[in-house]
Amino acid sequence: MMEQIPVEQSLLLAALLFGIGLVGVLIRKNMILMMMSVEIMLNAAGMAFIIAGSRWAQPDGQVMFIFILTMAAAEVAVGLALILKLFHLQKSIDADEMTQMNDITEASESN
Amino acid sequence: MLIAFYIAGVIAVVSTIMAVTRSNAVHALLYLIVSFLAAAVVLFVLGAHFAAALEVIVYAGAIMVLFVFVIMMLNIGGETEKAKERWLVPKRWIGPALMAAILFAILSYAILNQPVATASLSIVEPKTVGISLYTQYLLGVEIAAVMLMAGIIGAFHLGYTKRKSKHRFLKGE
Amino acid sequence: MMRYLWLVPVMPLLGFLVLAFFGRNLRKSIITLIGTGTVGLSALLVILIGIEFLTSPPAGNAFTLKLWTWMSSGGLSPSIAFYLDGLSLAFIFVVTFVGFLIHVYSSEYMRDDEGFARFLAFMNLFVSAMLILVLADNLALMYLGWEGVGLCSFLLIGFWYKESANAAAARKAFIVTRVGDTAMALGLFLLITEFNTLDIRSILETAPAHWTPGSAKVVWIAFLLLGGAVGKSAQLPLQTWLPDAMAGPSPVSALIHAATMVTAGVYLIARNHVVFELAPIAMKTVAIVGASTLLIAGFAAVVQYDIKRVLAYSTISQIGYMFLALGVGAWSAGIFHFMIHAFFKALLFLGAGAVIHALHHEQNIFKMGGLRKEMPVIFWTFLAGSGALAALPLVTAGFYSKDAILWYSWSSEKGSLFLWAAAFLGAFITSIYTFRMVFITFWGKMKTHIHLRPGRAMLIPLVVLAVLSIIGGFLETPHNLGHITLFSGMLSGVLPEVHILHSGAESTELILQVLTALTGFFGIYLAWHFWMKKPGFLFRLKQTRAGAALHHWWLTGWGFDWVYDLLIIRPFTWLSNINKNDIVDYISIAPSNLVVWLHNLTRRSQNGNLRWYAAGIALGLIITLTIALFL
Repeated sequence: MMEQIPVEQSLLLAALLFGIGLVGVLIRKNMILMMMSVEIMLNAAGMAFIIAGSRWAQPDGQVMFIFILTMAAAEVAVGLALILKLFHLQKSIDADEMTQMNDITEASESN
Repeated sequence: MLIAFYIAGVIAVVSTIMAVTRSNAVHALLYLIVSFLAAAVVLFVLGAHFAAALEVIVYAGAIMVLFVFVIMMLNIGGETEKAKERWLVPKRWIGPALMAAILFAILSYAILNQPVATASLSIVEPKTVGISLYTQYLLGVEIAAVMLMAGIIGAFHLGYTKRKSKHRFLKGE
Repeated sequence: MMRYLWLVPVMPLLGFLVLAFFGRNLRKSIITLIGTGTVGLSALLVILIGIEFLTSPPAGNAFTLKLWTWMSSGGLSPSIAFYLDGLSLAFIFVVTFVGFLIHVYSSEYMRDDEGFARFLAFMNLFVSAMLILVLADNLALMYLGWEGVGLCSFLLIGFWYKESANAAAARKAFIVTRVGDTAMALGLFLLITEFNTLDIRSILETAPAHWTPGSAKVVWIAFLLLGGAVGKSAQLPLQTWLPDAMAGPSPVSALIHAATMVTAGVYLIARNHVVFELAPIAMKTVAIVGASTLLIAGFAAVVQYDIKRVLAYSTISQIGYMFLALGVGAWSAGIFHFMIHAFFKALLFLGAGAVIHALHHEQNIFKMGGLRKEMPVIFWTFLAGSGALAALPLVTAGFYSKDAILWYSWSSEKGSLFLWAAAFLGAFITSIYTFRMVFITFWGKMKTHIHLRPGRAMLIPLVVLAVLSIIGGFLETPHNLGHITLFSGMLSGVLPEVHILHSGAESTELILQVLTALTGFFGIYLAWHFWMKKPGFLFRLKQTRAGAALHHWWLTGWGFDWVYDLLIIRPFTWLSNINKNDIVDYISIAPSNLVVWLHNLTRRSQNGNLRWYAAGIALGLIITLTIALFL
């Protein structure tokens, strides 16, 4: 019915999207954009599941995709609520400014 | 169809790169929607029609709308990064990019060294997905439902701010 | 009556518990009542039991009261059981009766002390522990009492613990006796491995069949038990704690460090006499230890200034006599001397305490003097005690008990001329130092004003003890002086008869008695001559270098403390100083230090930066995948 799409190439596409999402998480300071990058990574993982499911002609891949989707939805809801809360408290959503939970200042005092 | 796969793939990659590099949050969000739509096309081409529809509805639709709401509420649509001209200096992205490149290389190695490289993809009907979901994975569905519930309650709880006064007319007093 | 034997140690224990828990809130009259009353009831009970025991003796001349099994483990099951025979009867009589008198005395002596209730509580606990020691049916229970009296000794020597010297003396007593106790514990372990029981009678019954005389095991056990006895009874070489133990209040010295506890070693050896008889070397050692201790302590007593130290050295010396008697096999003579010694030494300590009390805590005899007219009751009772200590012939009890030891040390088959000579010389020195103390304290000019006169509660015990010091000797008299054997008759079933080598030598006995009596008087004359009539000679002697050195040497108790300090304490403190930070600990500290070091190293990574953590996760992913795929 159609030309066969190579498994490797589609998996490579998923891996590439995953990598780009990882770069996004690592270089963005804005928490909302970091979450978007996480969505990209989740989407790439789901895509890999679907490809694998199609490869073996099994429905499990798509089932997993649906679960990932559900999880992503819940995660975004809670995560965005957290970001809102944080913005109320700190007036900022810059991840680099939220370093209060470090162990460096106390470290120099205790020893 | 192969052509469609390539085109959608390229669009997905490019728009994703654009999404993670934009300094304007709204622009990034728009690129992200494009990326998801392209991914939906890829899924469609791969034969997972139901998943492609869900991708469009849930990812590009519902989740992105949530992002839009939050960006609107926080009013950070403009220049989010304060030092716009400085934020994409190589010092900041070269390390993560290198790391991602290594990861990609390892994943590529794993993918390309598959024992059955010539395997082909086949269409999985929504019907079989549905049957599988409600027989074999029923427990998973239940758990996912509980998780969504927890997400809703958690989001509600986090978003709930205590009123400072009982009536809006009494606020000033 | 005898089934109430368990009440004898329990009564003082009850007194201790009541005073320890509620003594703080009770009035002094009630404290006195509880503290002395419990011991008094015990003494009464002992007298009743003793009368019943002597008039209608139980089967086998011994009575066992088993209360319950203490513990049972690995075939060894010591019980809480009390055993009454002639030997333990003599001991519990002395402990409760003399103990009661001393309690009565202390009720006045210590009345104004802020720790009055604590004092009587400790004293009661001591009496209870001592009674457990002598009544114990097995060596495990005996060891309980043994350690109990050691504990009470520690608590009471350091009773005035606010002065660090007293606390140091208490520690010294505890540690030095601990050396002996450790030896004794080892001896008990050896006994367990040999017999798988600590029951005294079954050990004594099976021992002669179990061992051939002089075999290595029994010699070891005898020596280890001797170690325990030597520590508790302050004999050579562990005698150094007793003079320092005088830091405690005078009634404590009277009860614990003269009359009862220090004779626990004598009791231990007498109780296990079969073991010692199977080990002739140990027996000989007991005799030699006794003889040398009595000489060394006697010479040290001659030069002491402190009245209580004079008495302390005389105690060491007199216990040396008891050891000598045990060592030559004159068991009942040793125990008899224990009883008489308990009477007159308690009397002397209480008298000395009364003098010290009256002279506002003055203990130096050279600052006393002339008290003969001022304190006649104390003088006469003290004189009676001194006479008994110096063994004045015929009229004092000390003569009869010491004469028996002197006679047996020569005539017994285990005795020898050297042992007799040592005992004889010791008797001579005893009369010198005793009457030196009496003359300096009670004759001459008054040097310190009398601050407080003793009341009735202090005088009555003195009088009672003085009477006992005089008439107590008539329980047992030599062949040629009536030959009364009431005391040795009581012990005859328990302890073997002494084997006389020179049989039929009654004329020799008479000659020796006269000789001893004459030297006693000669010693008194010398004391009078050198310290009363012509004190200048000794003073000049002290000026010479040799005289001064000898004086110092004897004053410090033959320098044993110095030797121990040099040989044991200094190396030990040196070693513990090196090991102050516990070298072994470094082994266990090292891992924790490593962890702390690693923690300091890695906690820099915990910088609070979210992106840094994400990079960490990504790095972990890469590493994991690399390992999974390529390795």
